[in-house]
Amino acid sequence: MSDYFSIFLSSANFRWVITGSLLLGFACGMIGTFVLLKKQSLISDAMAHAALPGVGIGFLLFNEKNLPVLLLGATLTSLLGTYFIQLIIKHSKLDADAAIGVIISVFFGVGIVLLTFIQQHATGNHAGLKEFIFGQAASLVNRDVQLITVSAIVLVLITMVCFKEFKIAIFDPDFAKGLGIPVSFLNGVLMLLIVGIVVIGIQMVGVVLIAALLITPPLSARYWTDELPIMAGLSGVLGALSGVIGTWFSATIPNLPTGPMIVLVISAIFLISLLFGSKRGIMMKVVQPS
Amino acid sequence: MSYTGWIIITGILVGVTCGINGSLLVLRKTAMLADAISHTVLLGIVGAFFITQTLHGIPMLIGAAVVGLLTAYLVETLNQKGVQKDASIGVIFTSLFALAVVLLSFIGSQVHLDTEHALMGEIAFVPWNRFVLHGIDLGPKAVWMLSTVLLISLTVIFLFYKQIKISTFDHHYAILIGIPVGFIHYLLMTLVSLSTVASFNSVGAILVVAMLIVPGATAYLLSDRFINVILLSGLIGGLSAILGYWSAIQLNVSIAGAMATTTGLFFMLAFLFHREGLVIKYFRHRLRSQ
Repeated sequence: MSDYFSIFLSSANFRWVITGSLLLGFACGMIGTFVLLKKQSLISDAMAHAALPGVGIGFLLFNEKNLPVLLLGATLTSLLGTYFIQLIIKHSKLDADAAIGVIISVFFGVGIVLLTFIQQHATGNHAGLKEFIFGQAASLVNRDVQLITVSAIVLVLITMVCFKEFKIAIFDPDFAKGLGIPVSFLNGVLMLLIVGIVVIGIQMVGVVLIAALLITPPLSARYWTDELPIMAGLSGVLGALSGVIGTWFSATIPNLPTGPMIVLVISAIFLISLLFGSKRGIMMKVVQPS
Repeated sequence: MSYTGWIIITGILVGVTCGINGSLLVLRKTAMLADAISHTVLLGIVGAFFITQTLHGIPMLIGAAVVGLLTAYLVETLNQKGVQKDASIGVIFTSLFALAVVLLSFIGSQVHLDTEHALMGEIAFVPWNRFVLHGIDLGPKAVWMLSTVLLISLTVIFLFYKQIKISTFDHHYAILIGIPVGFIHYLLMTLVSLSTVASFNSVGAILVVAMLIVPGATAYLLSDRFINVILLSGLIGGLSAILGYWSAIQLNVSIAGAMATTTGLFFMLAFLFHREGLVIKYFRHRLRSQ
């Protein structure tokens, strides 16, 4: 095991992977803040699951593992899944819960069918497609991580630039419209940001659990602050922290998938925040009952 | 009975059991809680394995029931502590599921329980795992387990039919006339856990969500009567299993994935062509405008 350790520490690839997980975690945490405020936690889970068939289609089109093509496919089916959810809610008596459940499970099922089809029939090199389910940071090559890193930075910058507008558009859409802020445009931008971060993250964290990186950091941050900008920043930091620690464990212990390990770390952070958070933490209520 | 015969019987039992129990969840608007439970049940299975070091039916059923109830309870508790329902479901299921997957990867390949199995089950192996009592071969274990859970579900639904029905459609009225709504809720969540664990070997912990939610949602589109929705959902579940199995054999792809995809096809047909469906609405609209 110590051999494993030193090899990883000295390799440039490992440093890139850690950098990628740090920025990915930060971007997820920050964007997740708005997901939480918009009460779209489970929709983001659906977006992630719906990305899987896109990966399969992207591979089948060119019969090779070309990451940008796979991610483009993932983006398209993810958006399609989101659109279907809205369509179902609008045109049937089913509620959001059932609509999300239908889309999550059917898109994931189609994704599994495509992946097994590729495994049986495709001639190109399809090793590593399965990693899109639970994520495997160790399987990433430099080019992949650079793509993740650069995309995460871009998404964080967009979020920061639009921060105030997002805030007003979510908390008071009518007031925002009065100010001339294009609310529906901003909603669209936010949706693209969520799909974007989900799609670039699936190779590292996997479609099954990446939603946790959007949901749990802002929830944890909520127990420490009431200020939105601080909450978003802290959420980003917590996401980055769990990204780095989880990836580290997963890369140094063989056969440990990255996604679940990252999620375990962020869950531990949530538990600590829930118990000891300075705002609304359970212990704080015991110490100073309001 | 032939090998294929047993697989088809297993599939039908999965479809009918999940379909019947799942329809109640869709009607009660708790589809995503069911999604969460079917993920976390994996932790119950892994836990049962760690304690007993075997994969026998009874400990697995107990472990699943315990973790299923724990999931429902934790989601409820977080929700009461001020966390949005959506986000509490997201946090709880990702945490417990991640823990289960990480534990799974430590078990390694010493037993027939790994992440791939957890994902999509292996219905093709079901007929080989026989239940032998006093030297008499009584058929596959999965068939016995599924039949038991189906019987339990039918008994519970029969005994508590009125209570389930009233608490589903009018929560406050149910409380008013003294129906123990909390008990009914947790009773149904136990049924979900049992259905999931009984289906686990055949379709895995993630794709079982499709078998739970989608037939119920489809049936609800086609009928408004409580009993009809339950029966229709069971029927659609069974049909999806047969058609899914058949198409998976034709294309040589994942059987569980194909079953999930088939439930999706049924849903799409119902969504487009039921009385209030999009296509029907469109033609009615055109007829009227002519």
